[in-house]
Formats: sequence, C-alpha cells, structure tokens
Amino acid sequence: MTKDYTPLWKEIGLDLAKHDGLLSVLSDAYKNIYLSQKNRPEGMKYFDFVISEVHGLRIEELYEAKKEKRKIIGTFCVYVPEELILAVDGVFVGLCAGAEVGFEEAEKYVPRNTCALIKAFMGFKLSGLCPYVELTDLIVGETTCDGKKKAYEIFDEITKKMYVMEIPNMKNEMDRELWHKEVIKFKDKLEEISGKEITLDSLKRATETVNQKRLALQRLSKLRAYDPPPISGLDALLVNQISFYDDPVRFTMKVNELCDELEQRVREGKGVVPKGTPKILISGSPFAIPNWKLHAIIENSGAVAVGEESCVGNRNFRELTDESFNSVEEGIEKIASRYIKIDCACFTPNNERIDNLKSLFNELKADGVIHYSLQFCTPYMIEAFKIEKKVDFPYMRIETDYSMEDFGQLKTRVEAFIETLK
Amino acid sequence: MSFLGIDIGSRYIKAVSIEKGKILERTVVETSYDPLKKSIEILKSYNPRRTVATGYGRHLLSFNGRTPTITEIKAFAIGAKYLIPSCKTIIDIGGQDTKIISLDEKGNVKKFEMNDRCAAGTGRFLEIMASALGYSIDEFGNIDDIEGTLQISSMCTVFAESEVISLIAKGVNRKEIAVAIHKAIAKRVISMLKKVSLEEEIVFAGGCAGNTLLKNIIEREINKKIIVPKNHHILGALGAAIHAENYFGG
Ligand code: SF4
Ligand code: SF4
Repeated sequence: MTKDYTPLWKEIGLDLAKHDGLLSVLSDAYKNIYLSQKNRPEGMKYFDFVISEVHGLRIEELYEAKKEKRKIIGTFCVYVPEELILAVDGVFVGLCAGAEVGFEEAEKYVPRNTCALIKAFMGFKLSGLCPYVELTDLIVGETTCDGKKKAYEIFDEITKKMYVMEIPNMKNEMDRELWHKEVIKFKDKLEEISGKEITLDSLKRATETVNQKRLALQRLSKLRAYDPPPISGLDALLVNQISFYDDPVRFTMKVNELCDELEQRVREGKGVVPKGTPKILISGSPFAIPNWKLHAIIENSGAVAVGEESCVGNRNFRELTDESFNSVEEGIEKIASRYIKIDCACFTPNNERIDNLKSLFNELKADGVIHYSLQFCTPYMIEAFKIEKKVDFPYMRIETDYSMEDFGQLKTRVEAFIETLK
Repeated sequence: MSFLGIDIGSRYIKAVSIEKGKILERTVVETSYDPLKKSIEILKSYNPRRTVATGYGRHLLSFNGRTPTITEIKAFAIGAKYLIPSCKTIIDIGGQDTKIISLDEKGNVKKFEMNDRCAAGTGRFLEIMASALGYSIDEFGNIDDIEGTLQISSMCTVFAESEVISLIAKGVNRKEIAVAIHKAIAKRVISMLKKVSLEEEIVFAGGCAGNTLLKNIIEREINKKIIVPKNHHILGALGAAIHAENYFGG
C-alpha cells in the first residue's frame, strides 16, 4: 500500500488489529497465487495495484465520493441494475466475499450449512473487516436463493441499510411485469436517497458506461479462446472480480489496454502456457474475491482456465443493454429486459443456461467443463446434475467451499480429469 | 536399467520397479511423519532410470526432485489394465479414500468418483472399527459372512465408533457387528459403482482389497464376480512404473 490508511480505517470503524491480520494473509495469498505466475502480461500491473489498494486507495476514493454527497450502493447479485446507480451519480460496489473470514461470528446468526458466500459477507461485517459495507448508504439485496433472502433479513437488523428487490422465480409475462415494476421502484428509491432525478441524458450516459465495461470484458473473454491463451485464467478471473468495485470508466480503459497487449501476444503466438495445454471452462456458482482456489488448482495441474460461466464472469457481461431509447421510461424498460435474460439457477426452468453453456464451450474452444457449486448452494448443485445428462463434452462436477480442507482431494480429482483430456 | 513407480499413500508408501514390463522388485513401508525422507530413501536404494510418482503425496517428490507425477486414478487404470487386460471397472479402497474408476476398451479412464473429505468407509475406518471390536485387521477381513439383520446406521468414523461401542455394551455378538460394518461399507461402494460403472471385469485393488469379507458381500449384492489381483496393494505403484517405462523408455 502506498500510504498509511489507519486513520481512515479507524474512522470508518474497522477492527484495526483483525484488519491488519486479514491484510497480511491476503497479501501472502496474492504473492503465492498471483505473483508467482510466469509470463504475466504487463497490463496486469494495474490490477495488481488495485488489489494491493483494495482496502486503501479505493476506500479513500469512496470516502471522497461520499463527501461530495454521492451515494455508495452495495449489491450482492448481478441482477441489480448498475445503470440506475450510475445515473444518480452513485457508486456501485459488489459486496460478496470469497474468504473464510468471521464464520464463527456468522454462525451465531445462520446455520453451519449455509453457503460460504453468505457466511463470508456476514462474517466480514460482523467482525468489522469490510470497509465497503461500512461506507455504503444502501445495500441492495434480492430474492434469489433462500439462503440470501433469509440472510438479508438478519443483515438488515445489523446494518439497517437493506433494500430488497423482488426477483421473480420464472420468466413468464407476469413475472416480467413484476420485474419491470421492481426496476421502476428501485429507480424511485435511488432518486429519493440521492436527491437526484434520473434524466434521459444521465440514463444514456450511465448505460453507455456500463455497456463499455461489458464490451471490454467480452473482448477479454474472446481472447482467452486462442491456443495458447495470452492470459491465465487466474488473471482473467481477477479482472472480472475487480469489475465489481473499481471505477467503471477507469476500469474499462485498463481492460482495453490489457486487451491491446493480449492481441499483440496473439499475433506473436505468445501465450501463458504451451500450445495444446488443455483448456477448461468453469461453470456454476460465483467466485467472489478473493476466492481463487479452483483456478489455482486447475492451473497448477497442467491446464488453463479459459472461461467462467458464472456471475463473476460470462453471466455478468454477456448481454448489453439496448441504448436506443428516447425517454427515461423506455430506458427503464430496456434495462429491465436486459437483466431478466440472466440465466441464474434460481429461476425455473432455466434451460437457456445449458444452451448458453454449450455455445460458450464452442466459442472458447474448451476441452472440458468443470462444474463448480459452492457447498449448500442448492440451485447450482441441482443444475449440475441436470447439465451432466444433457452435454456430450467432458464434464466433471465438484462441490467445494472456501476452506483448504479438501485441497488434496480436489487436486487429485481435477488432475485426473485433466489427464483424461490429454 | 529399471523404471520405478512410487505410490505415496496416506498410510503406506509403495514402490515397484520394472524392466521391459516385468516386475523386478517391490517395497512397502509406512508413510510415517516424514514421507519425503522415506521416499528419497527408496529412490536411492533403487537408483532407477526414471521414476513416476503417484498417490496422495505425489507432489512431495515433484517439488523436490522434479519427478513427474500421475494421479492415483490414472495409475490404477494403467496397473489394472496391465494385470487384467479385460478390466472395465476398478474399485480402489485405500487408507483414506474410496475411488471407482471405469475404463474404456483401450484402458483409458472414462469416468471416476471419489468419496469426499472424510475417511468414512475407507481403510482407516476399517482399522478403527476392527480395534474397537478387538480384532486384528487380518482377522477382521476374514470373518465368515453371516446372515443377520443388524445395521450400522452411521458411516461417520466418530459416530460409527460410538454406535459400535454401544452395541457391544448391549451384548450384541461382535461377529455380527463386524459383518454389519462391512455391509455398510459395501453399500456405499455399491452406490458409487452404480453411479460410475458395473461393467465386468471388475477389479478390486488398494490396501483394503485383501478384505475377503468385504469382497464377498459386494459380489453377492451386485451378483457379479470381482477379481482381486495378487498385487492389489501395489497396483498404483505398478501403474506409475509402467507409465515411466512407456513414457521415458523409448
Ligand atoms: S448466481 Fe444468481 S443470485 Fe447469485 S449473483 Fe448470479 S444471478 Fe445473482
Ligand atoms: S452461491 Fe448459491 S446458495 Fe450461495 S448465495 Fe449464491 S445462489 Fe445462494
């Protein structure tokens, strides 16, 4: 970190001693997993920097934004329309957490067999370790899986900042109407707390900003299809994770710069691994930062991860919002219809996910799919079985969490799967 | 010069050397608290042309001496195919995990399943249950199969042990308890087999394959013959040695 942020952390109300511990664990993990990689693109330097400042510079930026009366809006799901947050000049941050932190605290409120993602975001808050949660003005939840729905009730008691959007379970006409109304209601809520009205102009600008970010991420995704891929799966995953809390305009610029470099590498036939290295597409539950476990295992077992059919990944940037609207109302409609295309396992039926997975598999020229479900994530765990029966490419299901307990067994399974691809 | 396969398991380290496909020598030692040291000792004593490591601790050697590795799954597939060329399904019950592997015509791994995380139903589990009942591990596997309706409901090592102790306290015959334990493990193995493959020949290998009672119960329940090769406990090491010769021998 470039400077001492202790006064800031103190002011925000973090538990300083524990927080120091967390940062040192994180920086060690980052060194071991990230900085030890070979042939990394120069363009990753920016993202290394962002990570080193994840609780530093970015927090200071948010703090400054707050002083300028901009609202900080925290989210847990890619269903929450980022465009609207930007249209009231708000700051969007993803709050999902990917480390086994504060689980003991969390287990005072939720049962042990709750998915790690939920326990982590509760744990971070309860142990006073997440500056992002502390800086938010509003935390937006959504009615997706049962675990999250119920956890938000508790989270509201603790933070008093929750706002929950109702996400339908199906995608029929009635559901679309409900969702459309929810988006309008969310717009009203944002206007109310920010004191700013969304205009055609601000909505257009916001939509363009978010679309540009998605386009940059799409560009990065396509580059991973080359053999050899110019970037590791770990690095690409990191970029996707950072997309949830960096400034969107700066982030887009940096991703595009990275992609320029990667295109150059492709022209030179340069890659991060030898040509012919087996390519794995990962599919399933989200990978909240700093959950790098599966990617690290895959890439230390003689394969390379080339895509994530996941909310931290393809599901986040696959669809653009149609920018051709001429009124705020029309814009809201376009936004609502863009988001309801997301093929989350919380919906029923969710057959489009299998089609999307198949076409992503072909597009990325992958050799096999590893389906990853967080333990106790019933929606994805069940869909994992369904998919298995409907695909003809090499496929393996795994269930895991954030702990390192199953590392050895997982490594054996992943390696054996990769052996069958060679 | 010979090729060495070394299988660093959770309980034992197994090593096999081969030359032109013929087994020359073998070693089995306890893994101990310092498996790396033990493995290096073995390497030194064999002084092979090339070595391939497999098993839970395979990466120990790969970090230290750049020994190439293959997973136990692939090693067992190669070893089983070598000993029983018509093998299509492998049951491997080792010290801390259970694996079912299905092979295609050429002997490549088609599909596999592994138990996750805990030692339920594995070699370690058998050891603990045997000692709770006062049997040696050899006696335990050679008990006669008897008809009985007694069931062990828990497969968790901790719970099963206390279940067994309470059965003993109730005065239930220990032989009956022992058979019930084996039946419970067999049930687990069979459910994994059903998920992966039941195609013959079915080969039973790994440290627990010497347990005749377990083999008999599984055979009876699936109504198919199971082959236990003479070298069942060194199958992984053998597979690794064959891989070393095929890969580096040319
Ligand atoms: S997996 Fe579903 S609930 Fe989770 S972030 Fe994605 S869309 Fe939202
Ligand atoms: S990973 Fe699954 S169980 Fe966990 S919050 Fe997301 S949808 Fe819910």
